[in-house]
Amino acid sequence: MKKILIIGATSAIAKQCARIWAARGDELYLVARNVEQVQIIASDLKVRGATNVFEYCADLNDKDRYVELLDAAESTMNGIDTVLVAHGTLSNQKKCEQSVEETLSEIQTNALSTIGLLTLIANRFEAKKSGTIAVISSVAGERGRASNYVYGSAKSMITTFTSGLRQRLHKSNITVVTIKPGFVDTPMTASFKKGLLWTKPAAVATKIIKAIDLKKDEVYVPTFWFWILLLIKVIPTWLFKKKP
Amino acid sequence: MTKKVVISGWGNYPKQEAQLLKPSTCSSLQSELQKEKSLIPRGMARSYGDSAMAPVVIQTTSCDHFIEFDINKGLLTAEAGITLREILKIIVPNGWFLPVTPGSSYVTLGGAIASDVHGKNHHIAGTFGQHVKSMRVLLGTSDIVTVSSTKNVDLFRATCGGMGLTGVIISATIKLTPILSSFINQKTIKADCVESACEAFEMNSNATYSVAWIDCLTKGKSLGRSVLMLGEHAKSGGLELASKDPISLPIYTPAALLNSMTIKIFNEAYWHKAKHDKTQTIPLMPYFYPLDVVGSWNKFYGKAGFLQYQCVIPKDNGVTNMRKLLTEIAKSGQASFLAVLKQFGKANDNLLSFPTEGYTLALDFKLTMSAIKTLHKLDNIVADMGGKVYLSKDAVMRETTFKKTYPKWQEFELIRQSYGAIGRFSSEQSKRLGLA
Repeated sequence: MKKILIIGATSAIAKQCARIWAARGDELYLVARNVEQVQIIASDLKVRGATNVFEYCADLNDKDRYVELLDAAESTMNGIDTVLVAHGTLSNQKKCEQSVEETLSEIQTNALSTIGLLTLIANRFEAKKSGTIAVISSVAGERGRASNYVYGSAKSMITTFTSGLRQRLHKSNITVVTIKPGFVDTPMTASFKKGLLWTKPAAVATKIIKAIDLKKDEVYVPTFWFWILLLIKVIPTWLFKKKP
Repeated sequence: MTKKVVISGWGNYPKQEAQLLKPSTCSSLQSELQKEKSLIPRGMARSYGDSAMAPVVIQTTSCDHFIEFDINKGLLTAEAGITLREILKIIVPNGWFLPVTPGSSYVTLGGAIASDVHGKNHHIAGTFGQHVKSMRVLLGTSDIVTVSSTKNVDLFRATCGGMGLTGVIISATIKLTPILSSFINQKTIKADCVESACEAFEMNSNATYSVAWIDCLTKGKSLGRSVLMLGEHAKSGGLELASKDPISLPIYTPAALLNSMTIKIFNEAYWHKAKHDKTQTIPLMPYFYPLDVVGSWNKFYGKAGFLQYQCVIPKDNGVTNMRKLLTEIAKSGQASFLAVLKQFGKANDNLLSFPTEGYTLALDFKLTMSAIKTLHKLDNIVADMGGKVYLSKDAVMRETTFKKTYPKWQEFELIRQSYGAIGRFSSEQSKRLGLA
């Protein structure tokens, strides 16, 4: 039985990951903003076989809560084996372009809050020389595009931060998994037209759990995004900027 | 603003551009409903025709949480967007099974209730709705009410089989059936014509599960030759549930692959492969859900889609009438890849529920203009025999046929009116059938 802390537990991807862990009989500590929703998810995970499910409500943009949150999770479960950081919002690019507040708030939610939490988690895991940290980044963080570069740059920060963190924590026997999903069919992307490149959250979760189990470093989910991004990244900038 | 997407039922006919709302919680479902004038709830979209289609559709599949499972009593409560497959994964290892199950596990709990689905045990267990202890329904007035066979009974009887036209089913509690094993003892019986198939059903009416594959192409004496499959829950073998993800058929195969020649060959092979009076033990999943192995078998019919037809004819004169019906189908020359025959038990009180005592026949037709004509012709024959057509399969029935064969439709409308459903919930099917 693993003791797992899930931050952003109401996100569609986190919910599906939690279901897989629940079926294995793991102990889960759910952190989310929406009380009603996290309770619904907790009851569901109990029926699905989780040994224990705990709920903690917090707005993750409130950095003063981080220590309290981690203390609570650690003491309730008597330790933490794995952390999944999955919270986030899909930024409205057009709105961001017109508003400093909107842009900075998206960066705050999608990058700074995660980085704040990871700073504390890293030290706690380093002290006990064990643990797995899995963070949901995005393929959007690989190269800035006109359509979503605010969200993309936040995710880019996550990818870079976890890359450094991985190197630092490697000698302490800690795994840092950076997960880069492509297009996932979730309530967050409800307004998008879905095509061949879209994946269901349950399928994404299966891949994420596998990556965590196998202690992978960076994973694209599904894997074909690795090839797409490889292609996108080699396009010369003079040409890339002309792309409609 | 949600963009419009093209939606269809499982038969891929008809198709329609619609605004697809996907609330992630029941409370957002409630607020989405308040914003829209009229819509129809949609689960896994496994009904074949246009019953879960409308200009605005609310998809419930993100509201898919278990709420409570009493392992000792076999009582399960879950949100309506959960699939029967997810339910099976939890209940089977704990020694419970669905009291009634349709032929696919990829249907939602809410959809199973709204279609008042039946299974291979209808003659004993009745329909799915008969095992619903209670449910919560979101009305057109935005109120959520609890309904059961003792509370708001009229709404309960209208909602079970009500095709989503009374409100959105939010959650439900069902009473499960105890099992000792996840295996089924299956016995195969060959019947060389429709008459002997019906007789075999009669003789095996105490079997827990019974269904027959029927050949709809052979004419004359062997008309309606069938292979009956009887089933009983095994008593040993463990409770493990092997539920592999399906092989998906990513593309539409050319519809021409399914023609009367290839189907004739398939039917011939199936008939000769089946062994009379053979008993074998097989796992539960392939027994109940043979087609779930292929993720999207509907694509076998090509892009144009197909029509599924399921009718029931009363037991009186049932055998003679079934021969008449099969003769008509064989005469049409419109092949059916999969045809199923089953004997139904008694009807229930639900207003638009399909099963009534008699024989039911289900088959598919590749979509063509002449197939639609054939279906209308069959509709008339079935109606004259005192039978009816299953709304969850229907895509082409005429209003007159519906109102003649579902005589409780007026009562259904009155109940919809009294619970604020009129003008709030409607589908392409309900418009076609002349419901308000």
